[in-house]
Amino acid sequence: MDLNFTPEELAFRDEVRAFLRESLPLDISDAVRRGGELGADILSRFHALLNGRGWLGYVWPRDHGGTGWNAIQRHIFEEEMAAADCPRILPFGVNMLGPVLIKFGSEAQKSHYLPRILDGTDWWCQGYSEPGAGSDLASLRTRAVRDGDDWVLNGQKTWTTLGQYANRIFVLARTRADGKPQEGISFFLVDLDNPGIEMRPIRLLEGGHEVNEVFFTDARIPADALVGEENQGWTIAKYLLTHERTNIAGVGRSYRALAQLKDLARQTMRDGRPLIDDPLFAARLAEVEIDLEAMNILNLRMLDQAQKRGQPGAETSMLKIKGSVIRQEISDLARRVLGPAAAPFPGSAPDNLALLPEDAVNNAADYFNMRKMSIYGGSNEIQRNILTKAVLRL
Amino acid sequence: MDFELSEDRRMLRESLSRWLADRYPPDHRLKVAYDAPFHDPALWSELADLGVLLAMATEDAGGFGGSGFDISVIFEALGAALCPEPVLGALLVSRLLAAAGQDQSGLLDGSVRWALAVGEPDAPWSLDRIATQARGGRLTGRKALVYGGNDADRFLVVARDGDRLSVHEIAASDAEVVGFGTIDGGGAADVILSDTPARLVLDDAGKAIQSALDAGRLALCAEAVGVMDASFAALLDYLRQRKQFGRAIGEFQALQHRAADLAVEIEQARSITLLAASRLDGEGAARMVSMAKNLIGRVGRQVAEECTQMTGGIGVTWDYHPAHLTKRLVMIDHQLGDTDWHLQQVMAGIRA
Ligand SMILES: Cc1cc2nc3c(=O)[nH]c(=O)nc-3n(C[C@H](O)[C@H](O)[C@H](O)COP(=O)(O)OP(=O)(O)OC[C@H]3O[C@@H](n4cnc5c(N)ncnc54)[C@H](O)[C@@H]3O)c2cc1C
Repeated sequence: MDLNFTPEELAFRDEVRAFLRESLPLDISDAVRRGGELGADILSRFHALLNGRGWLGYVWPRDHGGTGWNAIQRHIFEEEMAAADCPRILPFGVNMLGPVLIKFGSEAQKSHYLPRILDGTDWWCQGYSEPGAGSDLASLRTRAVRDGDDWVLNGQKTWTTLGQYANRIFVLARTRADGKPQEGISFFLVDLDNPGIEMRPIRLLEGGHEVNEVFFTDARIPADALVGEENQGWTIAKYLLTHERTNIAGVGRSYRALAQLKDLARQTMRDGRPLIDDPLFAARLAEVEIDLEAMNILNLRMLDQAQKRGQPGAETSMLKIKGSVIRQEISDLARRVLGPAAAPFPGSAPDNLALLPEDAVNNAADYFNMRKMSIYGGSNEIQRNILTKAVLRL
Repeated sequence: MDFELSEDRRMLRESLSRWLADRYPPDHRLKVAYDAPFHDPALWSELADLGVLLAMATEDAGGFGGSGFDISVIFEALGAALCPEPVLGALLVSRLLAAAGQDQSGLLDGSVRWALAVGEPDAPWSLDRIATQARGGRLTGRKALVYGGNDADRFLVVARDGDRLSVHEIAASDAEVVGFGTIDGGGAADVILSDTPARLVLDDAGKAIQSALDAGRLALCAEAVGVMDASFAALLDYLRQRKQFGRAIGEFQALQHRAADLAVEIEQARSITLLAASRLDGEGAARMVSMAKNLIGRVGRQVAEECTQMTGGIGVTWDYHPAHLTKRLVMIDHQLGDTDWHLQQVMAGIRA
């Protein structure tokens, strides 16, 4: 038993760390530290930076333009990005669609779409959820009907993250009405510029715009927009979800958020002493730190198992639950640490109110925004259902 | 023992709730709560005409109420409707003007809007840390998160003169008032005082300030109970209505038990608020109010987070009114002492 990285892994970590230290523009890391929404410009520039180094396809095999890294290397890469205040890599093209095309796509789809994900020509969004189909995704009702050489799409998708910046969407649609619901779904690649597609914003409770609704009204898409076979969509969707769940624990992001929180608690004076010296507050910080240290090792154990087995098991549900709860706990403390200063609506308070560090102005908004972490990507209740069935066999 | 509201208070609650339902429905609230002045001045006047401000003051002070139960009835109703009017500031100021024996007819008829400037950036809640200085009829210091301060005509300001706390009146136009909207709707301000001319209202005012703050904290607890009731009612509706996997999600036992836990905790929150209301102005009021505010903070967060979680994606959207209820529930903890601060007040008296 040895819980440390090997010398090769450490050398890899140093290489990533050095690159990010030298190349990540300050305005990008500043924006990430401040929290709140990151615009399309920052996200695209960050993708371009990684692509320039050949690292954007970090979960793809080499022969498709990826790095060919193993699970531990990917993990180290993600940890280093978080520690350096990098934005998240947009998962929709890189982590979700890329692996799907590599496994299920035609040669033409692979050679057309994969390079465009890496070079930023295409910005993908995920068209799974519908108003009536959230946790019960298989009940989705958006329909695709064959008409000559085309498919005709009708229906509605929702919660489409960053769809406002996207030019393409991958869509699960019903292609057969009878039989089990899971057996009548297909996976399509859709150009958002097609006539008959309309995107509308959804505003989140803290005021941000990061999700959208997408309406399809007789939108015609070509036959070669189908990935895999007709009615094979559910298999593809499930495969994609296992990839969506890589880095689900978000250990690096939580370490970074905890470090920022401690800084803030050190700087914040409350009743004559820094808040970090308040025994009640320090106790709360200490408890999260303990949870996080444990989860870091839990995460590595599961990575190791996944590496040996070739794919992650249902145990990753544990990481989704614990990872989201710890991240939410940290954001709760980051809100509380501010006391009254948490109250202003972000952007509503004028500059001379900025008695609090600039990095903290979004703390309350982030707390509310972080509620999503236990809802999306399979809610924590659904993860518990998976655990009880697939792991505990109850 | 009698857990029924008196006839007068029942009528007050009914007329206020009816008025709120009629004049402050969710869409109107959404329209005014997030844009300057972050409330509806016309409705403020109507609220005063309804006698709501009078009901918070004693007969001696020119009102017709002023007990803990008057305060809790009013704020519970305001909370359930998520009303962003700056009633809290009026309550705090009214208590202090009453303690000073000064005329407050303009406050009670709604014609003058008042706010109380007490907490400071480094000492948001502890009176013994107040640093704003009163010298020769002038004030210097900085007050943080003065609720309603963005649209107040006049302020009472708590300041220090040696070891004594005193209360002073200033005109809003004499200070630098930095107004802003809050993340849960409604307005507030930081008030910056530099040699600001002021009129002394109450000297050696420690006790009177504590008592006014007790009333304000009780008001926030009652408001939170009102918000919790509204949140929980919305959650139950959603659990009954929303279908996944071919049935109402309220049929899943995983959610049923959590809803049942919330019902228990909300009744606990209501109970301690009743207790604090009954003890207001009596022996040990401050500690009892701190107990209430601590429990309200804990339950408030639990109710807010659970209601959000169990409503899924809808629960985190702006257009879903109950999402604003959850924000208010969480942010009440940032006003007049948070969960931990009140826990410390209770701990301080644990050996007694
Ligand atoms: C910010 C955000 C971004 C998102 N981005 C995307 C995106 O880009 N693309 C996309 O396709 N989707 C996206 N989603 C959608 C997300 O995947 C869904 O919100 C999620 O699947 C939950 O579905 P729902 O919101 O309809 O909640 P519901 O399924 O209605 O669930 C409501 C509540 O019931 C619980 N519940 C449901 N079924 C059960 C059960 N069997 N047992 C116990 N409890 C149950 C849930 O856990 C939840 O607490 C996003 C969501 C959010 C909030």
